[in-house]
Amino acid sequence: MEAPMSMRLRAQLGEWITAYIFLSPWLFIFLVFNVIAIGTAFYLSFTHYDLFSPPEWIGLEGYRRVLTNDLFLRHALPNTLKYVLVVVPVQTALSLVIAFVLNQKIRFRRFFRTAYYLPSVTSSVVISLIFLWLFANTGLINQLFKTNIQWLTSTTWALPTIMMVNIWSTIGTMMLIFLAGLQDIPQSIYEAAQIDGASAPQIFFYITIPMLRPVIFFVVTLGVIGCFQVFDQIYVMTAGGPLDSTTTIAYLIFKWAFRDTTPRMGQAAALAFILGVMIFAITMLNRRIIEGGGAAAER
Amino acid sequence: MTAISEVRPRVAVAERAPRSWEIAKRACFYGLLLFWLVVSIGPFWLSVVYSFMPKEHIYDPPRLIPNPFTLDNYRVVLSEFELFPRWLLNSAIISGVLTVVRTLFCAMGGYAFARMKFPGRNLLFTLTLVTMMIPGQVTLIPNYIVIGPGVFHLLDRLEAVILPGIAGAFGVFMMTQFFKSIPTELEEAALIDGAGRFTIFFRLILPISQTPLLALALFTFQGTWNEFLWPLVVLQTPEKFTLPLGLQWFKNEYYTLYSNVLAGSLFNSLPIIILFFIFQRYFIEGIATTGLKE
Repeated sequence: MEAPMSMRLRAQLGEWITAYIFLSPWLFIFLVFNVIAIGTAFYLSFTHYDLFSPPEWIGLEGYRRVLTNDLFLRHALPNTLKYVLVVVPVQTALSLVIAFVLNQKIRFRRFFRTAYYLPSVTSSVVISLIFLWLFANTGLINQLFKTNIQWLTSTTWALPTIMMVNIWSTIGTMMLIFLAGLQDIPQSIYEAAQIDGASAPQIFFYITIPMLRPVIFFVVTLGVIGCFQVFDQIYVMTAGGPLDSTTTIAYLIFKWAFRDTTPRMGQAAALAFILGVMIFAITMLNRRIIEGGGAAAER
Repeated sequence: MTAISEVRPRVAVAERAPRSWEIAKRACFYGLLLFWLVVSIGPFWLSVVYSFMPKEHIYDPPRLIPNPFTLDNYRVVLSEFELFPRWLLNSAIISGVLTVVRTLFCAMGGYAFARMKFPGRNLLFTLTLVTMMIPGQVTLIPNYIVIGPGVFHLLDRLEAVILPGIAGAFGVFMMTQFFKSIPTELEEAALIDGAGRFTIFFRLILPISQTPLLALALFTFQGTWNEFLWPLVVLQTPEKFTLPLGLQWFKNEYYTLYSNVLAGSLFNSLPIIILFFIFQRYFIEGIATTGLKE
């Protein structure tokens, strides 16, 4: 009786060991740079830490400092919210329209699809450098449209300009996701609706959109996450200026931690968690709004 | 937002639409597609055109072909400015190493999650999902401390960029989902024949997983080649910069030499664009499937 038991145990132990050998290279890095890092960041968010002297526990004071900080309240927070509220709906709607048109019987569909996707594979730094040049005061955009707008050097225009660049560069990915979603809708549903005499707009709003709900939710979530974390374009094109008019939360975290003469690591960590909570809350809200009305439409 | 009847014109209803309306609609569609084509390609085209023009002409009125034409900017970037090849090399090393190592480690981890039973599996997999939802800014600060003054003392070295990038929550998640989707019969047969897990994984599983492996490798390469924030935080001297970092630094140092910035930018976007053209199918399938399986 004893022998088979121990053999089974040994076999099982062998499997555990093998599993952990497979897992370990990934697991070590994952634990150090993801799991432990998140724990450390959480601890740091309750401290005052400037890298030079050990972290000093201050409890919720760090969060209070963030939430009463002028730069956060008057610039980073409203700028980020404006950014999300403009960019997410526009990029979602535009990419849906383009995907919808591409899903019709179109010649050169592959060519268009490839061309539209190019901005999405290009690095954000290169895109920012190109647009920094195009949107210069003496640049091609002002020459082309006979305007004299200070796209990136005025407080009125800097944020909208960065919004435009970001919308432009993200539409490719979102269009591809929508296109895949559109192709997943069974033709039989359209045919049935047509036989029932539904008009084209009716089909779009009562069939296409509800059938796409899960995809729309995904695209919006992707957009929200991306917008809340926008950094590269801002760093390259305006560095948060002019007069903090393009300072966003992600940029402020970087600034506090790595650009201020006395690094504010603890306070930056607190702001990073506030950012995380905001993204999470808005994603949940999305889920309510987008999926709430259409539970029946989900496969 | 009109007539979905387009999709299947043979259905009787489509004939109800008058012909002129049909033509107008098509014109509208193609108009929109052409407009967006100009918008999405135009900026790249202009940047290429002006990178072939002398630097004094960088703000010349818009033109579609380089006039006057010169190769000077590329010559400066490739041979006179010795930092540039260095950045290219740094970027290639970082992206090359990360692409191979991360893809392999994520595949191994994913295989363990998908096929083996071990204590802690559910907890670890849940942790993977949770970390995917937490924004990168949260780990930025602790990782800087760990890589730098805290533990590894790797600041301003390429390893500082490579080390934390080896493990991706997304990669392991993607590979786990893939391995779960393939049938187990082959492996069970091999196990009965006495093959070990390692033989099975490297001889049987990896060869049939080319599509997801290639997709993950391509996304990793694209992501690391274009990455900006993390290298910006850990790399400090220009000799150690990656290409995006170097281009941005060059723009600040020599802001009158924008033609060179444009020429240099091409070296950053071209490899990715070429890869994209060769492996388009994998990019698109990867995006479509990861997009829908969430």
